[in-house]
Amino acid sequence: MPASRRAATLPLLLFALLAAAPFLGLGEGWMMTLLARGMILGLAALSLWLVVGGAGLVSLGHAAMLGIGAYAVVALDEARITEALVVAPAAIGAAALFALLTGAVALRTAGVPFIMITLAFGQMAFFTAASLAFYGGDDGYTLYARSTLAGGRWLENRLGFHYLCLALLAGAFLFCHLLLASRFGRVLRAARENPLRVQAVGFSPYPYRLLAYGIAGGMAGLAGFLLANATEFVAPSFLAWQRSGELLFMVILGGLGSPFGAVLGALALLLLEEGLGHLTPHWRLLLGPLLVLAVLFLRGGLVGLPAQLAGTRRHG
Amino acid sequence: MVEPVLRLDGLRKRFGGLTVTDAVSLAVAPGEIHAVIGPNGAGKTTLIHQVSGTLRPDAGRVLFAGQDVTGLPLARRARLGLARSFQITSVLPGFSALENVALAVQGRSGSSFRFLRPAAAEAMLNEAAMAALAQTGLAGRAAVPAAALSHGERRQLELAIALAMQPRLLLLDEPLAGTGPEEAERLVALLQGLRGRYAILLVEHDMAAVFALADRVSVLVQGRLLASGAPAAIRADPAVRVAYLGEDEAA
Ligand SMILES: Nc1ncnc2c1ncn2[C@@H]1O[C@H](COP(=O)(O)OP(=O)(O)OP(=O)(O)O)[C@@H](O)[C@H]1O
Ligand SMILES: [Mg+2]
Repeated sequence: MPASRRAATLPLLLFALLAAAPFLGLGEGWMMTLLARGMILGLAALSLWLVVGGAGLVSLGHAAMLGIGAYAVVALDEARITEALVVAPAAIGAAALFALLTGAVALRTAGVPFIMITLAFGQMAFFTAASLAFYGGDDGYTLYARSTLAGGRWLENRLGFHYLCLALLAGAFLFCHLLLASRFGRVLRAARENPLRVQAVGFSPYPYRLLAYGIAGGMAGLAGFLLANATEFVAPSFLAWQRSGELLFMVILGGLGSPFGAVLGALALLLLEEGLGHLTPHWRLLLGPLLVLAVLFLRGGLVGLPAQLAGTRRHG
Repeated sequence: MVEPVLRLDGLRKRFGGLTVTDAVSLAVAPGEIHAVIGPNGAGKTTLIHQVSGTLRPDAGRVLFAGQDVTGLPLARRARLGLARSFQITSVLPGFSALENVALAVQGRSGSSFRFLRPAAAEAMLNEAAMAALAQTGLAGRAAVPAAALSHGERRQLELAIALAMQPRLLLLDEPLAGTGPEEAERLVALLQGLRGRYAILLVEHDMAAVFALADRVSVLVQGRLLASGAPAAIRADPAVRVAYLGEDEAA
């Protein structure tokens, strides 16, 4: 299958670049911090892509799942449990459970009602986090230390953390690909295109969507675990709806057509913010119009750019 | 008499003040092609919706293979062996013709909660899907996205999807709608080939096709069954001629 091999080239290239980054002069502290953040947000965006691009449901409450993963780290840190082999599954499980419970209600709807319900659940999680006085309430919570891995302090090591984020991002990306191509993914994609047709051949879309939503929640929880470790600090702002909007934007900027779009969109948005920040202190003023232009002119998102360019060349 | 595959028992459906299905009772025997004809707006599609489970009747029962399915949704009835095609073509535009049909095969063969193996690489699904495509004359178009098929080809694809379900009853809502004379002829020949193997409830405006295919014809006018019988008897029925066929002949 040459088409699928071509589709794999760009992701492989990007992951190879990220793997080589520390040795390409990008090993400085601030740059490594930025890259780790990019990969973590990439993982979060990937999980949201599963919902938006995979299942065709636009959610505006995804930051809650990221935040719940981060707060699972906080809760265990408070109890002096820092082993990643315990903390990470707890973060994944907590976020997946939240996704399954809220999804069970939200997925009774679709379209605009679905957006509103996910937003409402996200806000509930946000206000709950803000009222957790023993975890710092509004002020947030500073971790005693990063998680240990199998007893060792691997995550404190800058390179170790870099490669952990990269491995999890690449693994999640591969997983999304396999998932969407599987029997399960086929039903999910079909229900996105035409739910009536899917029912007419014997599938109720609901359980497929719910499970996809739960899986996405677990992935976002994993991203939350990494984010808490990256910043060693967790605050309710992690769950704010603005953060959900940002994730949604990354997914759309990157392109809904492929999970690679989410990864690309997350990295692009982060680098854009960083680059504009170096140019001018008023960078937020520039970001808005740039994003509008991107949505207007990049129809298939960043992943669709090569095809779009080839198309214009052929027609122009 | 053999147990019918489908029995409708006093179905009634109202939209606001309009009674669209009015005490409709009919039966379809195994292997029988039962045509429902009637003027535009007679309530034929609404009747099909109630049989397939997209609409819930206000009163009456739908019995399928001896089981009361009145309360079951579309997906459950489909799994019991009730396949329908849509008057307005309803395929998956972004899927290839093959994948459209393979999804239907998947629906009747094992669990679809399988997560890592590529579905497109499952030979069993692809072979059954190809067979259904070949049966409807679409084998050469398997890899084409449904959105790029011609209107007539999409009608054939609708039929291929229904056949791939290996149903006990086919509900066909105007399978010839919008097809050219050549395509219509091919589809009629195809439906002829299904005779005896499937029970078919057929809604169709093309009278030549109806009288060529049907074992029984029921005439629906303003939601009511005006007459039901063998094609020749229906053709000769004066009430039917006045209410429906007459329009055709006058035109
Ligand atoms: N959802 C609905 N709400 C209100 N009225 C409806 C609805 N669906 C159908 N109707 C009305 O019910 C009547 C029967 O419609 P139906 O589509 O069943 O007719 P039909 O016999 O299939 O017609 P055609 O030959 O044009 O396909 C029409 O008058 C239609 O306007
Ligand atoms: Mg109709």
